[in-house]
Amino acid sequence: MTETLSSISEYAIFATMFLYVVAFVCFVLDLAQRSARATAPTAVRSAVERRAAAAASVSSAASPASPSSGAATATLAPPTAATGGGVPADGARTDGAPTTSRALKLAMTVTVVAWAIHLLADITRGIAAGRVPWANMWEFSLTGTLVIVGIFLLVNLRFDLRYVGTFVLGLVCVLLMWAQVFYYVPVAPLPPALQSYWLVIHILVAITGTAFFALGFALAVAHLLQAWRERRQELSLPPVLPFLKSLPGSVELENLTYRVNIIGFIFWTFTLIAGAIWAEKAWGRYWGWDTKEVWTFIIWVIYAGYIHARATRGWRGSRSAWLSIIGFAAVMFNFGVVNVFFHGLHSYSGLTN
Amino acid sequence: MRTALFLLLLLALAAVPGSLVPQRTSDPNGVTQYKVDHPTLYPILDKLQVFSTYSSVWFSAIYLLLFVSLIGCIIPRVKHHVDAMLAKPPKTPFRLSRMAGYREAEAPAGVTAAEAIEAARAQLKSARYRTVVFDDGRQTSVSAERGYLRETGNLVFHIALLGILVVVGIGGGFGWTAQRVVVTGQTFVNTSVNFDSFNPGRFVDSDNLPAYSVKVDDLKVTYDSANGDSRGQALDYDATVTATRKDGSSYRTHIKVNHPLRIDGTSVYLLGNGYAPVLTFRDANGKVIKSEATPFLPEDSNLTSQGVVKVASGLSEQLGIIGIFMPTAPTDTDAQNLSSYPGLNNPRVSLTVYAGDLGVDSGQPQSVYALDTKGLTQIAGPTAKTKGLNLGLGETVKLPNGLGSVTFSGVKRFASLDIHHDPTQGWVLVFAILVLAGLLTSLFVPRRRMWVKATTDASGAVRLEYAGLARGEDPRLDEAVASLVAAHQKRLALGGFKNGKA
Ligand code: HEM
Repeated sequence: MTETLSSISEYAIFATMFLYVVAFVCFVLDLAQRSARATAPTAVRSAVERRAAAAASVSSAASPASPSSGAATATLAPPTAATGGGVPADGARTDGAPTTSRALKLAMTVTVVAWAIHLLADITRGIAAGRVPWANMWEFSLTGTLVIVGIFLLVNLRFDLRYVGTFVLGLVCVLLMWAQVFYYVPVAPLPPALQSYWLVIHILVAITGTAFFALGFALAVAHLLQAWRERRQELSLPPVLPFLKSLPGSVELENLTYRVNIIGFIFWTFTLIAGAIWAEKAWGRYWGWDTKEVWTFIIWVIYAGYIHARATRGWRGSRSAWLSIIGFAAVMFNFGVVNVFFHGLHSYSGLTN
Repeated sequence: MRTALFLLLLLALAAVPGSLVPQRTSDPNGVTQYKVDHPTLYPILDKLQVFSTYSSVWFSAIYLLLFVSLIGCIIPRVKHHVDAMLAKPPKTPFRLSRMAGYREAEAPAGVTAAEAIEAARAQLKSARYRTVVFDDGRQTSVSAERGYLRETGNLVFHIALLGILVVVGIGGGFGWTAQRVVVTGQTFVNTSVNFDSFNPGRFVDSDNLPAYSVKVDDLKVTYDSANGDSRGQALDYDATVTATRKDGSSYRTHIKVNHPLRIDGTSVYLLGNGYAPVLTFRDANGKVIKSEATPFLPEDSNLTSQGVVKVASGLSEQLGIIGIFMPTAPTDTDAQNLSSYPGLNNPRVSLTVYAGDLGVDSGQPQSVYALDTKGLTQIAGPTAKTKGLNLGLGETVKLPNGLGSVTFSGVKRFASLDIHHDPTQGWVLVFAILVLAGLLTSLFVPRRRMWVKATTDASGAVRLEYAGLARGEDPRLDEAVASLVAAHQKRLALGGFKNGKA
């Protein structure tokens, strides 16, 4: 039974990876098409769109529903259209082109299908192991990428963030393949130190926080590129990265980055607290500057810095975007390097070295 | 803000080195090893206090400065916030059309401007806005503000951080930790003389610890016995203990990993375990002179363990013995002394025996886990005429020189218990929860103003204007204005405002 389920899990994860790659290619195609469209002569903006742009810049609201993007895929139709008072708010787009290409629709559909298979892979792994599927590096990666894509899809129900799909799917593909090659371990029983309901809470919350930070990272990168393009435009330099024209402006990207990151920050704060409670139960002290604890703390402080940066004159914009990027780099370091190479009490990679 | 930001980023940076080199507090052996591996770098890093980063002068300076700046920040903000809560919402702006989410509507016929505004006020009030009505004869308006909780949350958050720092600082002085190795069947009494090691905080009265006792009745360890990759991995540690409180009441319970025993304000953790072989010594006449379980310290994951047994009296010479214990010894007797499985499948001991003067009478404290072979002669072992003594469970061999015999008469388990007392950790938890609660309120309660203005035009129709203003991050302001319009219109249409007035 365990054997069957864990091999189902393995086949499913290969199918998932294949489909994620397909989705990734579609997202890239979409960006390419946006470039093509952006360089083609654009239609004069309609009055509605101009008004919408004005409204959005005042309210900085980001409800994605707009008549011009009404072609969103059925599964992902933003539900805010009704509550948004019918104000078309996606006018923050810097051009008037429709934002849903066929490649984008296909990309989203494939992502949803792949995610369902990914979920299956995760659940079968969990059943095979007879516990939650996040007790070693392979399982962290499996569940972590599942949550990243899940959060990406979920956030898309509220804000149209499909333009960072290339990044999210690219990241997930790399992580999954890396994990498949270096972290894969067969199902093994849980060591006593992990036999606690805090395993369920602490890790799940950490993974969720990580997923939001990943999205924040993608948006911060988009923000930096957009700001660069806008600066060049102001200086009348030759245009760069034309696909950026179909993305929201840099200010809106910055606001989105912030919103996503503070949600990540709250999850991270909870991770820290839950970890301390668990450490008290398992090791007899709630805080001991173990390497993993140190890095969780460092990440927390970096993002606290990021939040302050947003409220500090001279630090809005690119500088805070860089902090968000550094923060996510620390998250990845904490996962990929600290778990594997640093010695400490958190030696649960499941890898023998 | 700039200072706070700078210090925060500095704090993050300063925490890094401590994760790269071993720390004295958590990994003292690692520090010793580091000294061996990096003889030139070690003294420099040691001077810089990198081996105790988190209590170093520079790390402490950064977080203390941060908290000084925090206090300097909190005080004026608390004052400002209290003032704001006592003040009334400001006057309605003259031109609402410039504000966020601006909308216009017409009041139903028969509704006066005053009634419409009163209805809006009631509406806003029920949405927990603070309201004030302005009437300058030409226009009537209500100005409303909500979300003071946002700033309250932010202040609670920052003050709670301060609380954590203060409590942790104090807690260190009142807490203590201790370790004790207990063989199954033994009891330990919680007094400082009974510990193997004891680290009291500065203010701890070491002579008056709660004098409860804990008897370790049994320690069951389960290993994965399937022939897979995880063969030999521990699945469960379960110590059955009888605890007797200082008031004399006693009860039976279990201590497991993740499941400490909480007793008389302290916690007892099961943090290690191993085997304690029982060796029985008889003199040349066959009289038992010593029969004791001795804890052997595990050296690998299959619990190949090493221990020292001293026989100080009863034989014609003092004996010192270094023993290797294997729970599952190789069946090939020429193989290395390495256990192949942590469970008791084929327990054996292999003893190297020394005879001579143990030096126990010299009054110098001796470790029970080490044998000083100065003044001793090996009488059985690699460098002696007699080979090392190799015994399976229940077997007896003669000691060389006609000294007597030794029997491997049994195997017990020992539990390595950590006893901790931290009177402040409950407070740390309280502050941590306040941190989280403050954070949630400050980030998700929107602080916003709303206005509804009514103007009666020449024809007697009442024109309504609605708008809002975000104070801080507020992505749903526009929606909020829209739903205010909808709710207000509904109220007016239903005549609800008349009831509202009553
Ligand atoms: C101990 C170090 C500090 C930490 C860990 C910290 C952390 C945070 C965090 C996480 C937030 C966002 C959550 C919230 O709004 O409640 C925040 C906001 C804020 N902090 Fe701090 N803080 C620290 C010190 C300070 C200091 C010293 C100041 C004063 C200069 C300060 C002023 C503020 C302000 C004004 C905000 C609101 C920012 C906004 O509305 O975007 N903080 N802080």
